[in-house]
Amino acid sequence: MIVSSPPSADGLLLTTTHLTAALFTTNGAALLEDLLQRGVSAGASLVEVFAERTDHLGLLAEQDNITSVNPSFACGAGIRVFRGERDGFVSTNDLSRDGLTRALDQALAMLGLEIGTRDSAAGFQGLRALINHAATKEDWLQRCPSMAAAGDRLKQGTAHLERLGQHLQVRRGSYSRDWQEVLVAASDGTFARDIRLHQSTGLSVLAADGDYRASIGRRYGSTDRPEDLVNWNSETSATEVCESAGKMLRADYVEAGQMPVVLANRFGGVIFHEACGHLLETTQIERGTTPFADSVGSLIAHPAVTAVDEGLSDGAFGTLSMDDEGMAPERTVLIENGILQRFISDRAGELRTGHRRTGSGRRQSHAFAAASRMRNTYIDAGPHKPEDLIASVDHGLYCKAMGGGSVGPTGQFNFAVEEGYLIENGQLGQPVKGATLIGDAKEVMPRISMCADDLDLAAGFCGSVSGSIFVTVGQPHIKVDSITVGGR
Amino acid sequence: MTETNGLNASALRDRLQQLARREGIHQWDLGAACSDDCSVQVDRGEAKQLKAAQRSSITVRVWNGDGLVGITSTTDLSEAGLEKALTGAHEASRFGNPDDVPGFSPLATAPLPELDRPLKQRRGILPLLSTLREAEADLLARHPAINSVPYNGLAESLSQSLYLNSDGALREMQRTQASLYLYAKAEETGRKPRSSGAVRLALGSGDLDVSGCIEEAVERTVSHLAYRPIDTGSYRICFTPEAFLSLLGAFSSMLNARSVLDGVSLSRRESLGTSVAVPFLSLHDDGLHSGNIGASAFDGEGTPTRRISLIEGGVLTNFLHSEATARAFGVAPTGHAGLGAKVSVGPDWFVVSTTEGVSSGHDLHHKTHQDPFVLIEDLSALHAGVKASQGSFSLPFDGWLVKGGERISVEAATVAGDIRTVLNSLLHLETESEVTPRGVSPHVWVDGLSITGEA
Repeated sequence: MIVSSPPSADGLLLTTTHLTAALFTTNGAALLEDLLQRGVSAGASLVEVFAERTDHLGLLAEQDNITSVNPSFACGAGIRVFRGERDGFVSTNDLSRDGLTRALDQALAMLGLEIGTRDSAAGFQGLRALINHAATKEDWLQRCPSMAAAGDRLKQGTAHLERLGQHLQVRRGSYSRDWQEVLVAASDGTFARDIRLHQSTGLSVLAADGDYRASIGRRYGSTDRPEDLVNWNSETSATEVCESAGKMLRADYVEAGQMPVVLANRFGGVIFHEACGHLLETTQIERGTTPFADSVGSLIAHPAVTAVDEGLSDGAFGTLSMDDEGMAPERTVLIENGILQRFISDRAGELRTGHRRTGSGRRQSHAFAAASRMRNTYIDAGPHKPEDLIASVDHGLYCKAMGGGSVGPTGQFNFAVEEGYLIENGQLGQPVKGATLIGDAKEVMPRISMCADDLDLAAGFCGSVSGSIFVTVGQPHIKVDSITVGGR
Repeated sequence: MTETNGLNASALRDRLQQLARREGIHQWDLGAACSDDCSVQVDRGEAKQLKAAQRSSITVRVWNGDGLVGITSTTDLSEAGLEKALTGAHEASRFGNPDDVPGFSPLATAPLPELDRPLKQRRGILPLLSTLREAEADLLARHPAINSVPYNGLAESLSQSLYLNSDGALREMQRTQASLYLYAKAEETGRKPRSSGAVRLALGSGDLDVSGCIEEAVERTVSHLAYRPIDTGSYRICFTPEAFLSLLGAFSSMLNARSVLDGVSLSRRESLGTSVAVPFLSLHDDGLHSGNIGASAFDGEGTPTRRISLIEGGVLTNFLHSEATARAFGVAPTGHAGLGAKVSVGPDWFVVSTTEGVSSGHDLHHKTHQDPFVLIEDLSALHAGVKASQGSFSLPFDGWLVKGGERISVEAATVAGDIRTVLNSLLHLETESEVTPRGVSPHVWVDGLSITGEA
């Protein structure tokens, strides 16, 4: 039997003391202050407690039935202790005083800190008055659609697909509702509470006709809008999916090569998110994996490019009232007319790299330490019309819808093109599939030579060092003068 | 994890029985898991992040009076949490799918296979930190071009999982696991940086092959420093075992009965017994393989894990099943299920081999072959570049163009094709198999795949 486990008062048994969630009651502040005092007294330069309660609902409709309903609820805390620039992090599902104290002591021990070795009065001046961003959001969970109502909306969506599409072998609709209550307290006095609500809805199809197949999907997401699913126009969404599937079903595979590319607005912004946005997070400076570490004030992109990351756009998927370190978000201009202005920074990033915090400390859940992460990130609108961009290309590719993508540790990126069209002599031509855009951030940013005036945003999920988080990508139509298109 | 802070299966079962009786619920089952783990990362000798986590979760399924199933999951293992989960599942059962109702696995009480996976002593976070610091320093000292190890980690965990149901099934197991990954970055003046690395798994952190991981990370990183662009075109390809297993895994819906029933697989019911690959290819799923560090004796429905033939002599022989899909196909569950209202199905551990007594007719070896070919070492971005329901893929890769025994690292490039074409145009499977973190496979040769380069 293993003997190195930490001792437990209750264990993960069926006891009434486990997970009492006292943190979220009016007594929570006293408990948090006790924990923070304990940590500072042991010699920590900063102690932070992030606690959360979540309530999730996921539904899946296939053809004309609801085939999966997945409710879940959870709670937990992540305790982070800094000693200078080093930090230790412990997460637990046990929100009892004993459980939290055990987690704190474990984090302190990681850094060689022991209880009772320092002046108990030193450092910690108590929590400031609670900043309660949740005050107007208490009823949001109740205002969301019921399981039955959500299921009905999804079935309306798949019914529209049936009516509007052809050769549809599979029709799917999905809905996800994530409610999260968070509490952040730190030994610098930070004390803040928030309620977040993210909802996303998607429709997808698999069209098949003989050997021809096309799978097309679209996902929509919002923040802090309880009635969003009720207001969703499922017919418009279904029309978009079916039109795309119809065009892509018999599309030829794209011929590989170097060519100019025009990327559509909205989810086309994933290229900036992956190719450049990640490299402007201070976590990348810490790892030594961004080529832009010393480039603030330098031209890193075409002068046509101005790029922004912010947490403020109304209802956007990456919008926040506060980040996961209790800081209010802000509008951060990353690149202005091609010149690098700022990095996205969190508490640890500021400590270790000197880049000022931007309200960008984010995490998937209590099980992750916060890291500098993007929120709503987009290339700003330019002076051109979308058709000007198409007209400027003799032979190239128009990427109307993008799939996923990723960026490697050396800045190399790749994106799948879900819906593409050839451009010949300034005109849109036949649909093509199987395209992948590959390149290097440092090389591609100067090649974004034209930006249209139709900036729009799209919801997405971003997976990285602190887990999967809700983000928005966006851009107007943009033209990349030359990029490698992988195909056949 | 000791008896005092692990999941108490009998207490959990007794309490659920009480609650179910009170709610008028006659059929239920539960999957639960808890873990206690810690991990370290370093940056040039300094501790970058030290992490520990205690996690626990349960998933409760309930069958209502109409026979429909609902489910709820939670991390709250208190009495209140358990009660909320049970009533939540009962409420969700009103929306259960009458056309696809899962049941208890008929094998949920069958004998379990013996697994030789002894629990290993955990060393604790400070010894892990010391080991990783030394590994990083060793790696950095191996080559002047290696200037950092931006992605690294050493972790160890103890986990417990259990399954129980209202018919008296009770499955329980504990396991320990440790992992080490080292991804180095190397750069030479005037050249693009290159990054690659290695991973090792073991039952305990003391058993990890640290020096082997360092050697492999160095070799993989340094060998790619002298890269060149590759011409776009059609090439003869040799996949390393890891790369081929990645590709197969991305298209595992071909072998998944759930995907077949949902209409999103390349296979259909009638595909069983048909040829899907060259005759010398055989494929098994063997979750009990000694190389599978994370082996479990049972799946999410309590069905025992077992070895199953999927492709034999190029012919599709079986699908992977849950209880519900097995019932739909008139076969026994195979031990590949999750736990859900709509139960997911997935592979455990692929074993690729040459069909006994069937030759490819070729004698190719990646170390001796003289004609030009591309050796694909690692495939990236499978989540973005694979269209599993269409069969197509377009994936970035790390690899070499090999000519006359000389290996030239390939600058950024993608390989594209169709999995059905690949399986039917395999040239050869080399004799020696390798155990990787993903499964077992030899090097695999295939002709005529498209590569897009920047040349």
